[in-house]
Amino acid sequence: MNKLKVLTNGLIKENPVLVLLLGMCPTLGTTSSAINGMSMGLATTFVLICSNVVISLIKNLIPDKVRIPAFIVVIASFVTIVQMSMQAYLPELYESLGLFIPLIVVNCIVLGRAEAFAAKNSVGVSALDGISMGLGFTIALTLLGSMRELLGTGKLFSVAIYPSGYGMLLFVLAPGAFIALGYLIAIVNRLRKA
Amino acid sequence: MEYLLIFISAVFVNNIVLAQFLGICPFLGVSKKVDTALGMSGAVAFVLTIATIVTYVVQRSVLDVYNLQYLQTIVFILIIAFLVQLVEIILKKVSPALYQALGVFLPLITTNCAILGVAILVIQKNFSLMTGVVYAFSTAIGFGLALVIFSGLREQLALVKLPKGMKGTPIALIVAGILAMAFMGFSGMV
Repeated sequence: MNKLKVLTNGLIKENPVLVLLLGMCPTLGTTSSAINGMSMGLATTFVLICSNVVISLIKNLIPDKVRIPAFIVVIASFVTIVQMSMQAYLPELYESLGLFIPLIVVNCIVLGRAEAFAAKNSVGVSALDGISMGLGFTIALTLLGSMRELLGTGKLFSVAIYPSGYGMLLFVLAPGAFIALGYLIAIVNRLRKA
Repeated sequence: MEYLLIFISAVFVNNIVLAQFLGICPFLGVSKKVDTALGMSGAVAFVLTIATIVTYVVQRSVLDVYNLQYLQTIVFILIIAFLVQLVEIILKKVSPALYQALGVFLPLITTNCAILGVAILVIQKNFSLMTGVVYAFSTAIGFGLALVIFSGLREQLALVKLPKGMKGTPIALIVAGILAMAFMGFSGMV
């Protein structure tokens, strides 16, 4: 399989959020600012790469019948690692992402890639797939986070772009998440058709 | 009175889907028809309540006692996956009618982040078992309410003429945003 193709696949053509529409909960829940979105994306990327590598290493040892629970245990272990290191070294970020860190376990992207890709391919390619999907997820979350932060507070990565008095607070709150993501996907749909 | 406040808060003010962004996948996935939305809500209410009780008991009587709190994520997700299977098998034997109604939705529930989310929240908020159960059940009602309202809206949406790029998920998300805006009107009530 063409390695470059695997690496670019998740970024644009099969972007997990904007095209495959997976992992909607963290996408909506953690993108109140660009930084939060990006951190969530990177945390998920870490889990995705590690779980892809481990699962493709042990794929021949797991009996077919218990494969999904086995995958879940592997994924949950890495999520726990992320959770504990974040709690120790980045407590503020951990507070703001809150519940969504343990919920990486049930993010359909991670289990989906384990089942659809890592369980069938070699270690190297699986790692590349993890990087590609993870970065695609990170890009989408950063984009949505920037959009909401800019429209809502007039800032981008906490740098003021225009006076915050003109910001629409709605975009930082819950409804703004749905509306902003709706428009983002609509734009991507339009571009893909063109 | 306390339980009533929890109920109102979980159903209207902090609605699990529209304010806390949990369980978005089934919210978008099975909301095309009111019937399926009702079936899914029933299955979620059932599993969510049972899962909260079991995870609560395991947390307090095993993980806390032996200082194994760091295993929470792994243990909870395994319990939920196990419970879903168990409920499916029992329902099939005991009540075929209910199985017919909920069966298709049960396997989907393992990856519904609302279940794991609520189980963890109940522990984090230090609820008692009874409060936790009331909270879990009210959350499920809130999920059902949002899902049924939204599926009604989507049935109408299917008949609307739209620009090509907006069709499907984008317009559904924007409508969900407007619905979330309506639910914001409840904030400050409790």
